[in-house]
Amino acid sequence: MFFRIVKGGMVRQRKKLLLIALTVMLGASLATAMLNVMLDVGDKINRELKTYGANLNVIPRGASFLGDLYGLEGGAGVSDKYLREDELGRLKTIFWAYNIVDFAPYLEAPVKAADKDLAFTVVGTWFAKTLHLPTGESVSTGMRGLKSWWTLEGEWPDDDAGDQAVLGYVLARRLGLKQGDKLRYSGPDGKPAAARVVGVFNSGSSEDDQAFMPLATVQGMTGLGGLVQRVEVSALTTPENELARRAARSPGSLSAKEWETWYCTAYISAIAYQIEEVLTDARAKPILQVAASEGAILGKVELLMALLTVLSMVCSALALSNLVTASVMERSTEIGLLKAIGATDLDVLLLILAETLLTSAVGAAAGYFLGLWFSRIIGAAVFGAAISVSSTAIPLVGALVVFVTALGCLPAIKLLLSLRPTQVLHGR
Amino acid sequence: MNILELRGVSMTYGAVKALQNIDLAVKQGEWLAIMGPSGSGKTTMMNIVGCMDKASDGSVVLDGEELSRLSPKGLTAIRRDKIGLIFQQFHLVPYLTALENVVLAQYYHSMPDEAEALAALGNVGLGERARHLPSQLSGGEQQRVCIARALINCPQLILADEPTGNLDEANEKLVLKILHRLHESGSTIIVVTHSPEVGEHAERVIILEHGKIARTTTGAKLHKSA
Repeated sequence: MFFRIVKGGMVRQRKKLLLIALTVMLGASLATAMLNVMLDVGDKINRELKTYGANLNVIPRGASFLGDLYGLEGGAGVSDKYLREDELGRLKTIFWAYNIVDFAPYLEAPVKAADKDLAFTVVGTWFAKTLHLPTGESVSTGMRGLKSWWTLEGEWPDDDAGDQAVLGYVLARRLGLKQGDKLRYSGPDGKPAAARVVGVFNSGSSEDDQAFMPLATVQGMTGLGGLVQRVEVSALTTPENELARRAARSPGSLSAKEWETWYCTAYISAIAYQIEEVLTDARAKPILQVAASEGAILGKVELLMALLTVLSMVCSALALSNLVTASVMERSTEIGLLKAIGATDLDVLLLILAETLLTSAVGAAAGYFLGLWFSRIIGAAVFGAAISVSSTAIPLVGALVVFVTALGCLPAIKLLLSLRPTQVLHGR
Repeated sequence: MNILELRGVSMTYGAVKALQNIDLAVKQGEWLAIMGPSGSGKTTMMNIVGCMDKASDGSVVLDGEELSRLSPKGLTAIRRDKIGLIFQQFHLVPYLTALENVVLAQYYHSMPDEAEALAALGNVGLGERARHLPSQLSGGEQQRVCIARALINCPQLILADEPTGNLDEANEKLVLKILHRLHESGSTIIVVTHSPEVGEHAERVIILEHGKIARTTTGAKLHKSA
């Protein structure tokens, strides 16, 4: 009988209930879209920000000490400590391996141009090096991905070709070279050598006055086979919080539980710590302004999404409140009659709540799928990529809809409880 | 034995005194008519006796229960278990069939029993119209559904507010016939009406004026005076 009354009431008030369903649908669609974007936006924004470079600098422990002491940043002459090239693949074996997007090692050598009496720096690196990991996987990493915002005329050198180079546009201008020309130079040992200029880049920084060659070439001219001075790492990270800051100062100060939480969260300090665990005598230093910006932007975007979700649900609750109240007022005679023939307040309350919740459930289901479509549009328009559907959003949207429906029903419930049979049956 | 007793019952709405110091006793199986002009307090008295309102002052005892001491929930229980209400406007749920409207009263009372509800509709001559919606029934038929609903839980008191007020002569006769049958079977009936034609069927008639019982008479005397 209960469901017969609910069904009858719903059919009779279908227009009003359709409006309620539409209201819930709009609120749920916005909430779904915002929650999906919010739950996925960290990754998306991180990836966006990763296109602007590394956020970790790995240097030998001794060099780091000298750097800290004298404000020097690695480079030949600062330290005779080096990192081992053959260990770099281990970066993709740490707990947060999949968050390491790109990395590139660097080894610098001072050289002189053969034709002109002009000294400049050649930097050996990986451009798109394929690494075969102990896990059996292969990854490609290097400057091509790490410096994706550099503008390059020509192409990146082949890691296996020893006689290819890319020049910064300032250096190319000083040497009077362009793509396709030969760069003739004498290495640190004074031996003459040559490389074909395969590209000229503009980085907008001091690298514009440098030449970049395959790492093996520079290792050969410096006699530092298998060694590198520093490694730049680009990692997807979680914004820092108090725990992360405390851990960065001193991981030993954390309790076992805190340490586990910190270690298993992609804080930049946790990733740095894990890098230091796998590389011999290495120190991984977060490039803090990059990490902080990422955290701040991410935090703001997430806050914006959360606020939009709350606002959309508040608007839904207000609209729902008006519609349900109007519906109860319209049915006041029927409600009065039910009370007159013996229905308790709870009986009538359950009827109205069942009708509204059923209608809201239909609206929420439609809103969820509409929200997925919205999130796809937002993903394509804002991030140029699909927003992944988060299963976490389903219970969240469900809980929000139930909460909003209950909240929206409150004025109607108050009215319903105050209705007395005499008021509606006899106009008293 | 009295099924209903009102002692010093008054009801005020703000400054308006709808009922003033009413004393009344209704015996089990009695048919009482409450008559009077508009605004005399008939409906107010029905609301109080029907547990839909509480008197401002005085005592109302229905089947041994002091109504003024009961909570709204307690009054609902009395209304559900002991009173059958018949309204002038019928007040049927528009989207439920005649049968479902009767079952509705069973549902809130105890257990829905369609066969019993169908029999109740048969008793008021609507067995064939049980699956019809109120909008498909005439006014007289709707009132008979309302009566079947009021009787389905075997109430100790039947309260009818202008039961023939919206009916033509033929249907009025039909409804009064049903009330007579109920009375003969031992039901206690209180009818609120301003119609002498309805009042004259009662054993006892009280005439209300300005919230007070102006006089008491019998249905037979009322018929003679008409």
